Amino acid sequence: MPGGSSGGSAAAVASDQCLGAIGSDTGGSIRQPAAFCGVVGLKPTYGRVSRYGLVAFASSLDQIGPITKTVEDAALLLNIIGGHDPLDSTSADIDLPDFTASLSEGIGEIRIGVPDEYFIEGLDPEVESAVRTAIKLLEKEGASVKPISLPHTGYAVSTYYILATSEASSNLARYDGVKYGFRAEAGDLMEMYLRTRAQGFGPEVKRRIMLGTYALSAGYYDAYYKKAQQVRTLIKQDFEDAFSEVDVIVTPTTPTPAFRVGEKISDPLQMYLNDIFTISANLAGTCAISIPCGFSSSGLPIGFQIIGRPFDEETVLRLAGTYERETDWHMRRPEL
Amino acid sequence: MMKMLSDAGLEAVIGLEIHAQMLTETKIFCGCSTAFGAEPNTQTCPVCIGMPGVLPVLNRRVVEFAVKTGLAMNCRITPYSRFARKNYFYPDLPKGYQISQYELPICEKGHLDIHINGESRRIGITRIHMEEDAGKNIHQKDGSYVDLNRTGVPLLEIVTEPDIRTPQEAALFMKKLRAILRYLGVCDGNMEQGSLRCDANVSLRPAGSTGLGTKTEIKNINSFRFVEKALEYEIKRQVKVLRDGGDIIQETRLWDSETGTTNSMRSKEEAHDYRYFPEPDLVPLQIEEDWIKQIRETLPELPDQKMKRYQEEFGLPEYDCEILTEERPVAEWFERAVKAGGSPKAVSNWMMTDILRLMNETGTEITELRITPEMLASLIGLIEKGTISGKIAKMVFNDMYTTGKDPETIVQEKGLVQISDAGELEGTIQEILDAHPDEVGRLKAGDKKLIGFFVGQVMKATKGKANPKMVNEIIRKKIS
Ligand SMILES: [Zn+2]
Repeated sequence: MPGGSSGGSAAAVASDQCLGAIGSDTGGSIRQPAAFCGVVGLKPTYGRVSRYGLVAFASSLDQIGPITKTVEDAALLLNIIGGHDPLDSTSADIDLPDFTASLSEGIGEIRIGVPDEYFIEGLDPEVESAVRTAIKLLEKEGASVKPISLPHTGYAVSTYYILATSEASSNLARYDGVKYGFRAEAGDLMEMYLRTRAQGFGPEVKRRIMLGTYALSAGYYDAYYKKAQQVRTLIKQDFEDAFSEVDVIVTPTTPTPAFRVGEKISDPLQMYLNDIFTISANLAGTCAISIPCGFSSSGLPIGFQIIGRPFDEETVLRLAGTYERETDWHMRRPEL
Repeated sequence: MMKMLSDAGLEAVIGLEIHAQMLTETKIFCGCSTAFGAEPNTQTCPVCIGMPGVLPVLNRRVVEFAVKTGLAMNCRITPYSRFARKNYFYPDLPKGYQISQYELPICEKGHLDIHINGESRRIGITRIHMEEDAGKNIHQKDGSYVDLNRTGVPLLEIVTEPDIRTPQEAALFMKKLRAILRYLGVCDGNMEQGSLRCDANVSLRPAGSTGLGTKTEIKNINSFRFVEKALEYEIKRQVKVLRDGGDIIQETRLWDSETGTTNSMRSKEEAHDYRYFPEPDLVPLQIEEDWIKQIRETLPELPDQKMKRYQEEFGLPEYDCEILTEERPVAEWFERAVKAGGSPKAVSNWMMTDILRLMNETGTEITELRITPEMLASLIGLIEKGTISGKIAKMVFNDMYTTGKDPETIVQEKGLVQISDAGELEGTIQEILDAHPDEVGRLKAGDKKLIGFFVGQVMKATKGKANPKMVNEIIRKKIS
């Protein structure tokens, strides 16, 4: 299973159908499929890449990024897609460096933080060992490694699902059968709305619309949406605090290796928990990359994640590039 | 109606919610034209019709207009404001939400003063915010259609405190508000065309108390003259309900101008839950103090300030000042005429009578008249110099109106210059005296009324060109 929701892009890159691809990442949907497919996936900082043209899911979290075979390819693609866009008010009006320029520079005295909250019960032992081995390698290359804490990590998944579904419930309102797209036959306006949306959306989308509508409703807004916004601020603060001590944060990309075909798809909660390590970077609005770092005993890919400061994709890419030069995981493909 | 209220020991509490379409060239979040009257759906783009993947970009002019309006209404301009999504389904709302402002509006805590029965009443402005207009549903025999030309036209929503006590005050407030919006060039103030819309919240309470009764919201007040009528009806209706021992139901009611009544549209239970939340596609709006200062400097002199100045500087009566300052073009016309040398009192008199009459009769704007302020000033000059009489001046004025020629040209072409040459006048007067021996006798005997008769005869003989003052003097001299 390639993972989602940019699993198609990741699978296409992994199976040599293309050199690189673009994905969208709201809670990990570039990095998670990249990890599952054994390729590189970069979620740039919120505001680095224009969202104009992206069909919005959760506007405050969505970000477009490259999925590629190598770190250098990711840097090349970011050079092209990055930068200010006057058509996207949330795209940042700041300089776009040449991300390939600093790739070959050494990692110097880079400081890596390893958050306790990401090495928890339920983390697959094979994933943990692959990531710890990767950290050791980076240490050998000259990085200093220290344990850090991101204390609000435990609230990330619930915060994410409230904010993302709230925004999605609104973003998906335009698919109402009036102007374009699918329209169900009906006798009057209300019936047309109800039937169009009942028939046009799948069960997962409906689940999310219902969750989000509920979280924004009068009487529940303060307890859910507003509270989630407050927690989001705390999570952002966690990262700001951490980045005052370290330059990057290294974690597993996913708690488990890729699923086998047909596995686990029926349990939405299990699917949601897959994003547990990737969601925080979206909530904090910062950049993160997933790169291959091994295979499970059953031959399925494992990836690890490097999270950087906002708009410091250069450091993230440089560290990822260094790791990639010293390993050959990105050259190997899982047996299907 | 007021008697009905006071008899019941009640007073009305009224708050207004006004929507004003802004006179920007383009829409609030895209570059489409806001021009009125185009073919349906020709002034649209992917952004304003809510295509997937598009994003809004805020029109700077809209913010400028909002700040301008806020300043003119004595509001605090909030340094940090935010847009919010108001979610509801309706065919004329293509995104399924309206981008508006909710928790953090751009202007708050202002006021406007209205003048009523010689007193000034201060009406608080709770807030002013920016939002996008929706489109228009068109229902025809063969089906229903949607026109999205209006979608995304910028609106200002202005909300007052419940400080208004009578329908008359509400109407005066709307008049004042409209005048200011037109002065600022922010809105054309046309209620019939829907570019200015007014909803009213109305409740009753025991006179003198501070609590608030259950309110109803009146929508669809689509003309200036209905502001007062709709409120009067609704207050009467509420008094009757209470008098009959009933309760006011919190609801939205629609004004029906055909029947002159308000009718229930939806109850509180059926009210929408708009699920407002901050618009994630737009960054919070931070307004620099410098920009506010710059905008403040561009504010025109507003009607109240002008009124005060006209009274003090020109010594004109309050009523005249109010009329002259109600519309900016009229006030500017007046000022131009004064600047061109017309004495303020004379200019005001001509405007209050002849100019405004012509405008009303012909339905023309003052700027469309063929008479310019400079032409009026020189006409006044001709009278003051004695070149023409006041009577001739009326004639010249009518000529100016129809031909657009300046008064000097008209006077010259028609030979209307007043005869002030004593020798020339004396001959004519003598002829007339000779022709009316009886009247001369009576005049000499003391019937002074006959002076008027002789002056009239002379004016007739000179086709109005004789200087009446001189004619008068010569006659008196000849009789004595
Ligand atoms: Zn448009």
